[in-house]
Amino acid sequence: MKRARLGGLAAMALTASTLAAAAQDPVKACVITKTDINPFFVKVKEGAEAKGKELGVEIMAYAGKIDGDHETQQQAMESCIAAGVKGILLIASDPKAIVSSVEQAKAQGILVIALDTPLEPANAADATFATDNYEAGRLIGAWAKGTLGDAAKDAHIAMLNINATQPSVDVLRNQGFVEGFGMDPKDKSKYGDEDDPRIVGQEYTDGNEEGGRRAMEAIFQRDPAINVVHTINEPAAAGAYEALKSFGKQDGVTIVSVDGGCPGVQNVKEGVIGATAQQYPKKMAEMGIEAIAAFAKDGTKPAATEGKDFVDTGVQLVTDKPVEGVPSITSDEGLKLCWG
Amino acid sequence: MTQTTPDAVAQFEHRRTALESLQHFLHRFPTMVPILVLIVSVIGFGLIANNFLSPFNLSLILQQVAVVGTLAAAQSLVILTAGIDLSVGAVMVLSTVVMGKLAVDMGVPAPLAIIAGFLCGVATGWVNGTLVTRLRLPPFITTLGTWNIFIALVYNLSGRNTIRSQDIDANAPLLKLFGNNFQLGGFVITWGVLLMLAVFAVLYVALNMTAWGKRVYAVGDDAEAAALAGIRVNRILLSVYMVAGLICGLAAWSAIGRVGSVSPTSFAESNLESITAVVIGGISLFGGRGSIMGPLIGAIIVGVFNSGLRLMGVDVLWQLFATGWLIILAVAVDQWIRKISS
Repeated sequence: MKRARLGGLAAMALTASTLAAAAQDPVKACVITKTDINPFFVKVKEGAEAKGKELGVEIMAYAGKIDGDHETQQQAMESCIAAGVKGILLIASDPKAIVSSVEQAKAQGILVIALDTPLEPANAADATFATDNYEAGRLIGAWAKGTLGDAAKDAHIAMLNINATQPSVDVLRNQGFVEGFGMDPKDKSKYGDEDDPRIVGQEYTDGNEEGGRRAMEAIFQRDPAINVVHTINEPAAAGAYEALKSFGKQDGVTIVSVDGGCPGVQNVKEGVIGATAQQYPKKMAEMGIEAIAAFAKDGTKPAATEGKDFVDTGVQLVTDKPVEGVPSITSDEGLKLCWG
Repeated sequence: MTQTTPDAVAQFEHRRTALESLQHFLHRFPTMVPILVLIVSVIGFGLIANNFLSPFNLSLILQQVAVVGTLAAAQSLVILTAGIDLSVGAVMVLSTVVMGKLAVDMGVPAPLAIIAGFLCGVATGWVNGTLVTRLRLPPFITTLGTWNIFIALVYNLSGRNTIRSQDIDANAPLLKLFGNNFQLGGFVITWGVLLMLAVFAVLYVALNMTAWGKRVYAVGDDAEAAALAGIRVNRILLSVYMVAGLICGLAAWSAIGRVGSVSPTSFAESNLESITAVVIGGISLFGGRGSIMGPLIGAIIVGVFNSGLRLMGVDVLWQLFATGWLIILAVAVDQWIRKISS
């Protein structure tokens, strides 16, 4: 009984102090990323902090220890609620499991924005700010088709994906590429069900150089005539290129990728990667903080981009060999916008 | 109570079944198990997977296992002392970052950068060895801790960025030495494969023909007995961790050649893959038993299964499934063989 009453008092005191704080203190916002390791997430944090400084929003940043570390993210959500923030930018490690914490936050009147990775269900968050990964895949697919010209009809295509769990980003990029290249993606919620004979096979890279090389070696053995390689990200593309180089086949093969990190764009400039679809983590975070500032001011919530169920933070094709009908920027322009 | 008569003993010897003979045979030659598994799997995949037996594919398997195989050599030493080293992969990646950072980003001459990478490996081994011997922490916990610490160092030093292949070519091509290859018939052999074989050859000599080697086995078999026999157990253990660290440094050089770039995110699971190779290679996790050549074969077995299943075009989950059963089979066989000594 005594403890309960004390708890009640504490809660009242807390409410009083948060009310007082809201009146005087600057607006606070949380940024929760999957890890502190990946340059993409680091850029999100930097972007949020810079924008926060500009708009007078105090930023608290949290990250999981590894990709998939749900528990730390849940604790971070609780800390953010306790700190009385106005809004939370969240890149969820486990988009399903985090939903209960997100609902607690929303019940406290906090604006929750999912960045990069949509929650499941997506409408559990107040808004989703993300790259259109399907469009990213479609752009590189269309570019590859245009680059090959007539030869696209009998292309030999390797699809180098992330891993066997087929995360949504992986599926969207893969299927976008398939459609962009003019093939039938069949069921768009998964890859591997296509029957177009031009697709030689699907392999996994873990999204890094070592895996990219291993995957390329595996697929090359099945078909040494490979001339188009779709890669999930630029490190995987760099690994695939190393494998091709060791076979002496690097010149006849077109490699496309997604991300727009600085080493990747540099590889476009040097001809290792033919084209990459660049995404904008910093802009994503900046737009997120702007939305939280607006919400704190008068309660307006961000509206989704027309025709989409999320706020599209933009994607551009980076290549030095533009193809007609596929808008693109040069690698020099891409280098000015790159991250990592 | 019962008195053993000479007759009974003789009778027992006579009744040794074929299975028991096999058990004794394997106890004497523990590497025969992985060798048999390797032969059977190569023949098996040769029959069902297209192109599996082509010289190109067989040499590719060796290229693919070169880095993990070299790490497995380091892991074997530690496991022979009844320890385990979860940090080998992180130490290797840390050494690649030291080499790449110095040679490419800071303009240090490549040979010096490579030596610095080796020293980094030895230093991490000293840290592991000191914690195990001086603070008497269990190796599993020690290296679980240092694994995390070394990964943190990797992220800190590398700034989480990859050093690109083209930048290495321009500034320090020596770092990619072990990626170079030569042809032998249809076989494509990289220097990294030769490095792996050389590391195992040197360890074979060191473990079987030097006093140090005998002491490593003695410490692993029974540290107390070894101490009573006058072996300075802590010194042997420390030397084992430092040599393992040096081998991780060599593996790092090989890894840069294999991957082409210095990548802080690659080889995240190589510590567990090295343990897998050692276990499948028939080295006992209880220490003191097993031939150093076993892990070389263990690493190749894993490579053979992965390659064979990939060529058959089956889902990647079957590669994990097969590796899992190989581990369990190997440990079960080890337990069965160990029954003789009890």
